[in-house]
Amino acid sequence: MEFPKELRYTETDEWVRVKGNIATVGLSDFAQDQLSDLVYFESLVEIGDTVEAEGNLATVESVKSAGDVLSPVSGEIIEINGDLEDEPEIINTDPYGNGWMFKIEMSDPTEVEGLLTAEEYQDQSEG
Amino acid sequence: MHEPTIYEISVEGRQGVRYPQPDVPEIPLPEIFMRKELPLPELSEIDAVRHFSQLAQKNYSVDTGFYPLGSCTMKYNPKINEQVARFPGFLYTHPLQPITTIQGNLYLMYHLQEYLKEITGFAAVSLTPAAGAHGEFVGVKMIKRYLEEHGQSHRNKLLIPDSAHGTNPASATMNGFDTLPVPSNSNGTIDMDVLAELCQRDDIAGIMITNPNTLGLFEKDILDITRLVHAAGGLVYGDGANMNALLGVAKPADFGIDVMHLNLHKTFSTPHGGGGPGAGPVVTTDQLALYLPGPIVTILEEETEDTAPLYGYLIPEKTIGRVKAFQGQFGVLVKAFTYITMLGAEGLRRVSEYAVLNANYLLANLRDIYVVPYDGLCKHEFVLEGVWKDLPDIHALDIAKRLIDYGFHPPTNYFPLIVHDALMIEPTETESKDTLDAFIAAMKSIAKEAREEPELLHAAPQSTSIGRLDEVKAAKMLNVCCLPQYDQ
Amino acid sequence: MFIPHTYEETISMLKTIGFEHIDELFSDIPAPLRNTNLDLPEALTEMEVSKYLEEISQANETTQDMMCFLGAGYYNHYSPAIVDSMLRIGSFYSAYTPYQPEISQGTLQVIYEYQSLICALTGMEASNASHYDGATAAAEAVLTAFYQFNKKRPKVILSHFINPQYAAVIDTYASDLPQVNIIHHTTEDGEIPSLIDNETALIVLQYPDFLGNIKDYSAIVNTAHEHGALICVIVNPIALGLLTPPGEWGADIVVGEGQPLGIPLWFGGPGLGFFATSKNMIRKIAGRISGETTDANGNRGYVLTLTAREQHIRREKATSNICTNQALLALAATVYLSALGKHGLQQVANTCYQNAHYAAQEIQAIDGYTLINTEAFYHEFVISCPVPVNEINDHLLDHGILGGLDLSEMYPEYNNPVLFALTELNDREQIDTLVEVLREFSHA
Repeated sequence: MEFPKELRYTETDEWVRVKGNIATVGLSDFAQDQLSDLVYFESLVEIGDTVEAEGNLATVESVKSAGDVLSPVSGEIIEINGDLEDEPEIINTDPYGNGWMFKIEMSDPTEVEGLLTAEEYQDQSEG
Repeated sequence: MHEPTIYEISVEGRQGVRYPQPDVPEIPLPEIFMRKELPLPELSEIDAVRHFSQLAQKNYSVDTGFYPLGSCTMKYNPKINEQVARFPGFLYTHPLQPITTIQGNLYLMYHLQEYLKEITGFAAVSLTPAAGAHGEFVGVKMIKRYLEEHGQSHRNKLLIPDSAHGTNPASATMNGFDTLPVPSNSNGTIDMDVLAELCQRDDIAGIMITNPNTLGLFEKDILDITRLVHAAGGLVYGDGANMNALLGVAKPADFGIDVMHLNLHKTFSTPHGGGGPGAGPVVTTDQLALYLPGPIVTILEEETEDTAPLYGYLIPEKTIGRVKAFQGQFGVLVKAFTYITMLGAEGLRRVSEYAVLNANYLLANLRDIYVVPYDGLCKHEFVLEGVWKDLPDIHALDIAKRLIDYGFHPPTNYFPLIVHDALMIEPTETESKDTLDAFIAAMKSIAKEAREEPELLHAAPQSTSIGRLDEVKAAKMLNVCCLPQYDQ
Repeated sequence: MFIPHTYEETISMLKTIGFEHIDELFSDIPAPLRNTNLDLPEALTEMEVSKYLEEISQANETTQDMMCFLGAGYYNHYSPAIVDSMLRIGSFYSAYTPYQPEISQGTLQVIYEYQSLICALTGMEASNASHYDGATAAAEAVLTAFYQFNKKRPKVILSHFINPQYAAVIDTYASDLPQVNIIHHTTEDGEIPSLIDNETALIVLQYPDFLGNIKDYSAIVNTAHEHGALICVIVNPIALGLLTPPGEWGADIVVGEGQPLGIPLWFGGPGLGFFATSKNMIRKIAGRISGETTDANGNRGYVLTLTAREQHIRREKATSNICTNQALLALAATVYLSALGKHGLQQVANTCYQNAHYAAQEIQAIDGYTLINTEAFYHEFVISCPVPVNEINDHLLDHGILGGLDLSEMYPEYNNPVLFALTELNDREQIDTLVEVLREFSHA
């Protein structure tokens, strides 16, 4: 189970990679493991949409389970990973790399400070 | 070897059933509305009979074996039910016939209404809901309507135990409620402290409870639970799926429940049909009676010395509205009526006595082999964990699939959610000691295999015509129709 | 009665548990809650029950005792013997929901075939395993449309000519979803396009409509799609043996009552609600779906699929709480359509049409009776009568005839309207008899 140190996490199992003002968002390794083989990814937002932190970004489905992807930060959607619709399993095999889901231009970069560190998230997930 | 589909068996020019030509003068059909093609298969009658008979042989069923399925009450479906429901007097009546021509049907429904009220202790009933989930939808909506009419629309939260069946929160959402979970305590029953705290809120609409709960445990604090919720301004919905433990033993109306559904295809022996039809009548108190969905059967004219009562329909004054066409799943109602009539009070009580006896007998024999997260006297069902701490590679799914090789349908898997790898077992009263002993032996053997030959579990089932199926492929490739033009 | 235990076995089992009396099994129920009073009639043996139920059933008059001209959503069709004989097979009717696919391939394949047949009839790409009945299927279509637009489009328009019971059920289902606005259109369908806008989620039409009319809905369909709204069509499955299916003229969802497909009248239930849609909406629909797949050895098999949409996983996020389908009735419809096949269904559909048109022609020739339908109609039509319908129906009953549905309350815009339905079970002699009795009320 991986918990990359440079990322931040939410209690609802999303990760955030910050580069300047842009936040890249996805689901953690722990989340994909819980869900098991994903068969469906559906974005609930479009490029240009504004989201609030904890707002619904997407729905994912596996055979046994369904989950929502919630936004860790507020801002504008600037990119969506188009590969996930046809190959949602990328989220299982490479959750932190090619399994990225959204790129958001943050309206309040300080929000990231309130998210969990890798250590905190690991404790929460495995505790 | 798979059985081909009806489209694969189809041969152009074959026809099964033929009809006479119309004996009225024929006129041309309206060309602009006529379809160009009708892609239906063409089979002879023997093709069809063999095809469906072959398919029937691939099914496990109560008629062929034991289903220890928790919360489903897979009891024996009496053959007399099938016969009686098909009496021409029932089969060939149109739902919109004038009431004078269907007094037989109305008599049956009226008396079934009376029996269900007597059995549960409630004051009023509607037979219209088509299934348990449908009944839940109805009951929750009745609560909503009642609160609205009494100026309590701000109450928009329904409390739902974390052990609840998935239909409960779904029914809440369908009626515009939000849900708040109520945790179970270490005994597997509702955590009274948390409940008391939640009941301090001023937006509580009510609670949805199942008693006995989905762990098969009787909620001893039930009177306190309903009292708390009532004091908080809410109402109590009862999920009656577990009624098989209470017949002639206790009446849910006495628990403080305000409205409840019953599952006729569980408690009252009507067959499951491979997934339906069922029936989910709703029983309720005087307080909520006016909100029931109609039509309800009533006596329009009392009997006299020379005449029988005249039965007819009634729509309750404040009804939540119609919830399905016509009067309900009549063909299913006939079977429940027949069952209750055959058993009588004594027979119904014996049902619950033996349902609970069978469950506790299994538990007594399995508790040393499997982990019982909430142990003690159970009612008609109980839950085991399908895992052992020292065997991390074995899960409930593996045990379930291996049971198939022993000739049993697996117990309910992965529910309730509060138990890891749950195996929920409900034998029902119609299983003999011999069957139970064979099941116990199989479970013991599997526990041994889990330790000594785990590959037998992982590879299971081996004895069936088909092995474990690729569900990921089914969801991704999505082939749900075999019409030639939709070649996947 | 169905409890196999002997006295000895009972004692032995109690002993294993550690009890002496059966009553101890209920010691966990607080004394104040125990209530053993069950005031029910004495138990009856099977023989007695059979006699008793037979008596009850004989207190009815049936469509076998009378000539039936009553329809309005449920129809008196002939069900071939093969249908019931398959429904009586214990491995079908006493089976559980196919959650364990390895031992439920029978049910799963039947449902897959049923889904395929519904697609064939409706012209749609995907069907679910069924809803309780046509009315609840229509209500689920409304919920589907509502969630499809993420609750952002509030308007749902119901044609004036859909089955009033279906409209009532839709109202009930929508009643606690405050963002949904159900509009009951009260005039001609031709005026519906002017109501459609970007707030419209769904328009519900019926084909043939409740009064039997076969209409061209292309104007409504085009306007709807221009505004991004969806079209739901309620259909009669027998009619689809002849008529161009809605899937070919722009329907997004097709629903209806499958009872005419070999399912007995049974006083209105159990029936069969079918629900079909396009492939790209399949994830939005409620209800079970059977899908084809393979096992590890490449053998073809079937499983319940897309289960993550359903209540047992989505729970409060599910769009519907449906947990049951009408599996056994789906089997009936599948057997019926397999036994009749293409030609059989066309025969039945044609006979219904012919009988209805002969009857309409003969009745409207009677002075005082007018045929209200001006357009093409299928197997139902409306006659405006010279006297109130209930008078006519009472009189018809005295002659052993079950008259049509009195529409006076539902459609007060017509004068003494009655809805007649004809099927392949009617014939010329029956129709001529009906006409003779109706003539007694004629002005002439």
